[in-house]
Amino acid sequence: MNPALRRIWGVCYRHLTLFRRSWPRVLELAYWPTLQMMLWGFMNTYLSRYSDAPVFAAGVLLGGVLLWETVLRSQMGFSLSFLEEIWSRNLGHLLVSPLRPQELVAALMVMSLIRTAVGVVPAMVLAWVLYAFDVLTIGPALVGFAAALLMMGWALALGITAMLLRYGAGAEALAWSVVFALMPFAAVFYPVNVLPGWMQVIALATPAAHVFEGMRAALVEQRFAVGHMAAAFVLNAVWIGAAALLFMWQFRRARVRGTLFNIGE
Amino acid sequence: MSALLVEGLGKSYAPDRPAAVDGLDFDLPRGATWGLLGGNGAGKTTTIAMLLGILMPTRERIIALGHDMARDRFAALARMNFSSPYIALPARISVRENLRVYGHLYGVPRLEKRISELSEQMQLGEFLDRPAGELSAGQKTRAVLAKALINHPDLLLLDEPTASLDPDTADWVRTRLEEYRAAHGAAILLASHNMAEVERLCGHVLMLKQGRLVDQGAPAELVARYGRGDLEQVFLDIARGTAA
Repeated sequence: MNPALRRIWGVCYRHLTLFRRSWPRVLELAYWPTLQMMLWGFMNTYLSRYSDAPVFAAGVLLGGVLLWETVLRSQMGFSLSFLEEIWSRNLGHLLVSPLRPQELVAALMVMSLIRTAVGVVPAMVLAWVLYAFDVLTIGPALVGFAAALLMMGWALALGITAMLLRYGAGAEALAWSVVFALMPFAAVFYPVNVLPGWMQVIALATPAAHVFEGMRAALVEQRFAVGHMAAAFVLNAVWIGAAALLFMWQFRRARVRGTLFNIGE
Repeated sequence: MSALLVEGLGKSYAPDRPAAVDGLDFDLPRGATWGLLGGNGAGKTTTIAMLLGILMPTRERIIALGHDMARDRFAALARMNFSSPYIALPARISVRENLRVYGHLYGVPRLEKRISELSEQMQLGEFLDRPAGELSAGQKTRAVLAKALINHPDLLLLDEPTASLDPDTADWVRTRLEEYRAAHGAAILLASHNMAEVERLCGHVLMLKQGRLVDQGAPAELVARYGRGDLEQVFLDIARGTAA
């Protein structure tokens, strides 16, 4: 195996082993997405009884829940895997090994992907079984949308990790909260044009808003909004680039300040 | 031949504070065990952190195993390792799983065979499959030492390797370190507050005080030079500034 891939696998193995030894951790991954799906599923059923709006029939709310959980689990999967290293005071050992910072980031992305799949797939199945909503009706564009949301989650998580490097575990609240601050701008359950003008500017700079616009186009109008898909990926490239710079800057600063050895509270 | 060449190593955390390490020079040969001594705050841990590349020096030249740490630290780190009782192994996974993780990180070939060897040498058998967090202090030290030896390091940096161990376990650890150095010709740099340990293991001692190298030499040489009975009294003389 390529040495870099082996090091990435080493970090992933450490986290996968942790899951194997702790079933509550695995259940916790699926708990919130499943709960959200149940709540929004019944809400959708109720609203569709009293409204002819096509958004309810097309399952736009349910698609929104599933895709929002993708960005949320992606960010948390990355951030919590990094926090695990801080909580277990293992970061010092990792960072004096031949593991490069970019390999650590790659491993955290792989773990984020796995955590997201474990969290979201049961909710997808539930949506299909309980509410007859098949997210695959979005079509092949679903792969692109999911990828764009994963990337947005990674960009946020890289930024949060940079703050953890700067402020230690004291900044861990960011891992639980930052993504929710973006939810109003992400236009998960409503189109961007219902927002006030100044909020629309922020929304259109948010990759997720383009994904959700694209999702609505696919579910309600059965069309592939290529412009929104492209915008989501271009914005993601900018977000990830900026977050990577912030991460590298804070990593270097932590090496200057000497906080990596005993990073904690 | 040099395992670790350090020239002008210095670290200042802030311009208005005294340097944590100031102008350290030494040349650790391959196959030697050297001690890094000094009171609390003398700069031992800061020095080790800089040697491992996890802390950036203010000024320096560190050549570890022929690699310039400023430009090529990962090539050196692959042949180095480190142990400290203050940095734990992940507590919820077993010792074997921890060794697998670090075996992958260090690219150890035939990893399962290496784990079996270490299990035998470090007597890990009874707790190899137990979570690291459930081990006693002595077992944890053996597990951390096994991790430190997983890649057959040519340069081993140890921060207080026997801190908080009972005399019997501490003696056992020292014996394993002596065996490893003798068998592999590795260089060991050891920071310790235990003078008996340093006298036993180290052929040369670097005495730090307030970040500066204030004296160095073989333990017996230092004892004779200060006219004292043992290294502990030399340490106290230097730490208290009462040397003649």
